[in-house]
Amino acid sequence: MVNRTKIKVNSLNLFYGDFQALIDINMDIIENKVTALIGPSGCGKSTFLRTLNRMNDLIVNARIEGKVLLDELDIYSEKCDLIQLRKSVGMVFQKPNPFPKTVYENVAYGPRIHGIKEKSKLDEIVEKSLRGAALWDEVKDRLNRPALGLSGGQQQRLCIARCLAVEPDVLLMDEPTSALDPISTLKIEDLLEELKKNYTIVIVTHNMQQAGRVSDYTSFFLNGEIIETDLTDNIFSKPRDKRTEDYITGRFG
Amino acid sequence: MKKYEKTIEIVLLISATVATLSVFLITFFIFKEGLPLLLDYGITNFVFGKDWAPTNGKYGAFPMIAGSVSVTVGALVIGVPAGIACAIFLAEIAPKSVVKFLKPAVELLAGIPSVVYGFFGLSVFVPMIRNYILPMVQKWNPNAYTSGYSILGGSMILAIMILPTIINISENSIRAVPIEYKQGSLALGASRFETIAKVILPAAKSGVVASVVLGMGRAVGETMAVILITGNMPKVPGNVLDSVATLTGTIAMEMGYATPTHQKALFAMGIVLFVFIMLLNMMATCTKRKLGGE
Repeated sequence: MVNRTKIKVNSLNLFYGDFQALIDINMDIIENKVTALIGPSGCGKSTFLRTLNRMNDLIVNARIEGKVLLDELDIYSEKCDLIQLRKSVGMVFQKPNPFPKTVYENVAYGPRIHGIKEKSKLDEIVEKSLRGAALWDEVKDRLNRPALGLSGGQQQRLCIARCLAVEPDVLLMDEPTSALDPISTLKIEDLLEELKKNYTIVIVTHNMQQAGRVSDYTSFFLNGEIIETDLTDNIFSKPRDKRTEDYITGRFG
Repeated sequence: MKKYEKTIEIVLLISATVATLSVFLITFFIFKEGLPLLLDYGITNFVFGKDWAPTNGKYGAFPMIAGSVSVTVGALVIGVPAGIACAIFLAEIAPKSVVKFLKPAVELLAGIPSVVYGFFGLSVFVPMIRNYILPMVQKWNPNAYTSGYSILGGSMILAIMILPTIINISENSIRAVPIEYKQGSLALGASRFETIAKVILPAAKSGVVASVVLGMGRAVGETMAVILITGNMPKVPGNVLDSVATLTGTIAMEMGYATPTHQKALFAMGIVLFVFIMLLNMMATCTKRKLGGE
């Protein structure tokens, strides 16, 4: 299987006012693989993740230099339609954030705002997305119940289903299991294995074992820079940089 | 030391009791004064009677009830959309520098005495309705007539008066919507206004509904501004350009010269008003509970 680059990041710099949060980031994110971003708190990995679907646009004084190419399209250029971008690059947040609506309405929300109205079509998408997020069997009898009544793990899978419903190519996950118990975490990790067949996944995690378990590639961030990016196996068995080794062996961070 | 604590406790208890007791005393007093007449005259006769002629012993309060209801509904029709729109603007769209200027301005609006509002309406809205709106209406209904003292004028001024209530409470509840909801919606490719309309407002709706009910309470109870603008004609209104009298306005104006029976009738009107407000409060609590439970 040929490894195709889905997202190419070229000398990306990001500033919050005077503070430079990301320094000269270069990275290739490979299609249909899981890429993990690790590093100590405040190292810029979540910030970097948010540049990939322009969620940093919400922050008033954030400024960006450099290029992020999604399938050759520069997402920070005029040509890029923000709505289309966010549709094709979905995001799952650290804290499960289902809307205070029913399970069904949560999943149908995305397709609806993108113009799908027929009930039969929506039903189909909702079922497909919930199956895709391994949640269908648990919620199929309570689609019309409030989503906030689900458990934390179920809520997070619902958020994944909500993303899948708009048919993205890329899934960004910002510490998706940090608020969940070990069993829910395991379910989500199993799900990632399944999802990468169809999606390109970038996941931020604080949990080194998780990065080892789920990812194909790992990038180590420190103070706004990428120290090294490699196959996950290489990072954990023979890191090239001393700092990477120190971090993964738990000597700092 | 311990005695000292005990004293404070007692002082606090007394304060709480005085506050609560006054509600009950006022209620008791209104009912004691008004209820005998209400029962004598007949509740249906009083509430649905269309003739208010205290000098002839006719106490039909329906015109005032209709007056209060129509002015309040009018105020809500104008004030609620404007207030909610303003709250959305302040909470979601306006940059900080604009909020810094607009918010104190809105709060100032709440501090203006109601007689000033009334005077403003009397000197601006009333002539405006007579000179500009009436000719427009007359184009397709030549028989239309208004002095300017009207439901429309009263509604307009009440709409402005309830704005601070609606804006403040709605804005707070919109700001209280967790940012995660907004991010989740935007990350799915929703636009800013789709996010506001479909996620943020529904999530804030219990607060928004509460603000509307509180605004409605203020509109029903407002007296001074309404006296100056609505014309105080105890007649059942036919359209928004007619003059009306409201419950509160009638009580305030007639109490001074009322004979004993007339006075009792005004207290009976107070009962009607009281029931109105109680219903509103109950509605507010119910909707809050219902929406909050979701």
